[in-house]
Amino acid sequence: MSEAIEKANAEPRWLRALLLFLGLGFLFLFLLLPLVAVFVEAFRSGWNAYADALSDRETLHAIKLTVVIAFVVLPVNIVLGVAASWAIAKFDFRGKGLLVTLIDLPFAVSPVVVGLVFLLIFGMQGLLGPWLEARGIRIVFALPGMILVTLFITFPFIARELIPLMLSQGADDEEAAISLGASGVQMFFRVTLPKIRWGLLYGVILANARAMGEFGAVSVVSGHIRGETNTLPLHVEILYNEYNAVAAFASASILALLALVTLAAKMLVEWRMRRENEALDAGFLPERGVALPNRP
Amino acid sequence: MSQTCRGVWKVFVVLASMLVAAPVWAAPGLLNVSYDVARDLYKDFNPQFEKHWKEKTGETVEVRQSHGGSSKQVRSVADGLEADVVTMNQASDVNFLAEKGLVAPDYAKKFPDNASPYTSTMVFIVRKGNPKALKDWNDLVQTGVQIILPHPKNTGNGRYSYLAAWIYALKQPGGNDRTAQDFVGKLLKNTPLFAAGGRDATTSFMQRKQGDVLISFESEAELIAKEFGKGEFDIVYPSLSIQAEFPVAIVEKVVDKKGTRKLAEAYLNYLWSPEGQEVMAQNYLRPRNPDILKKYGAQFPPIKTYSVDEVFGGWSKATPAHFGDGGSFDRIYQIK
Repeated sequence: MSEAIEKANAEPRWLRALLLFLGLGFLFLFLLLPLVAVFVEAFRSGWNAYADALSDRETLHAIKLTVVIAFVVLPVNIVLGVAASWAIAKFDFRGKGLLVTLIDLPFAVSPVVVGLVFLLIFGMQGLLGPWLEARGIRIVFALPGMILVTLFITFPFIARELIPLMLSQGADDEEAAISLGASGVQMFFRVTLPKIRWGLLYGVILANARAMGEFGAVSVVSGHIRGETNTLPLHVEILYNEYNAVAAFASASILALLALVTLAAKMLVEWRMRRENEALDAGFLPERGVALPNRP
Repeated sequence: MSQTCRGVWKVFVVLASMLVAAPVWAAPGLLNVSYDVARDLYKDFNPQFEKHWKEKTGETVEVRQSHGGSSKQVRSVADGLEADVVTMNQASDVNFLAEKGLVAPDYAKKFPDNASPYTSTMVFIVRKGNPKALKDWNDLVQTGVQIILPHPKNTGNGRYSYLAAWIYALKQPGGNDRTAQDFVGKLLKNTPLFAAGGRDATTSFMQRKQGDVLISFESEAELIAKEFGKGEFDIVYPSLSIQAEFPVAIVEKVVDKKGTRKLAEAYLNYLWSPEGQEVMAQNYLRPRNPDILKKYGAQFPPIKTYSVDEVFGGWSKATPAHFGDGGSFDRIYQIK
């Protein structure tokens, strides 16, 4: 290992400079430049045009709808994600491998396909559509459908974050709590939750970014009704197709800002997580000083 | 801790009520499902209709809009998007709904003018000053001319441009289907690649400065001017072109279920009212009303146009003959 590192460091200086240049150049071209371009385009016609574009009733509604969907989806995913990780990390049962695989399913399926599947189930030409329609229940082309697909798409983010964390922590503390007379609920809120809170928060941040930015699946089930079922990403596309570039990029800049806030929050949480782990390593509970797997 | 529990419960109650309340969100009125560049038109037209209806009946109604790629939009309607009316840019899309039994098979006869309250036509958009002197369709097939065009197989702009060139060749002395296919073949040779849609074609032409000519709807030329500035390009009217129709229809199943038939009929009929026709002219769509067309004559230069019905016997024949599998487009591409 250390030999390999020495060898890597022994590469000629020009080669290291070249690699560094390539890496940074790539990052600049493909990550930073588009982000800058969004803001340049948004402000091309000045501050007033930007403010006008954002204060449009339909744009405001799109922002509101995006937030509403995220606020409904995240709590549900927190409960489901914690429950799934809990079951997988603390218990042994048949079909556990299958459950772990199923949790990853939304990562593997293209979002457009997810949307189409929901359309096949709940659409008028689908399985349940006519039955629901007869009872006056609307799922697709309305808020419930958009929430359902977003739930599906963002489900793995929290569970994926918590399973390795919970596995590495083991069940010792929980067993101790129970043996000292705590109830199940007490044990969860006083022992388990404090142990996983940063990992949970990390998962929530990623899930939130995805919930607000999701395009493909939501586009299929939205129906694009203005001021009603248009989320921010859908609104951006439609404005662009209508030759309204300034408004499109102004709306896109909101999404870009969200990305920046997400990154900042992610860094903060990572920093807190590392600090807590270092504190653990430093000797409070040395046997549990397991480093977290690094996440991109 | 029990406080946390109560908090969690509260969140659940709010969530549940939101989900239950969601279906009731829909406001009373109509939903008009339309194609993507019709937004400006209906943004102007809907308040006029709402006002007109209020004066006539005292009822307050709201017309909601859904815009998107037209083929995707009609598919959503077939899948249950509750459109009272559809206002499209191609008959083939409304025909799809007629096949599904959502729209009356004779929808085109339920309203005047083939159920199309306005028309448009295909024109050339060229670089400022027209450096390549492109005046008519036969100038486009010269070597060295590059044409920007959306894909004829699956976009409205592409199909209309393709058929317009076909009509031009047909109407030349001695023109027949063979000469027309040769002519369109030459035209496509000058089209290095197809854009994904009207908007992509415009971006390629205006922003990336690709090609010498963009074939587009007369009405979209104005949208392009709005975004990129009027002085950036010239509009060329060829000697003849195609008449693009924009059919509207009532979605029978939905209006029966919602009890909105009368309102939907009044809404579509109002498109033919002088007020409605004026809104179309202001959005650079050619109104059917001759008086209003005359009033806005300055922005609609006279041009000889032929409709798809006249030349090809309707979209239900033109689509399979030219854009279906083994149609003229496929044949041209095999030769190429």
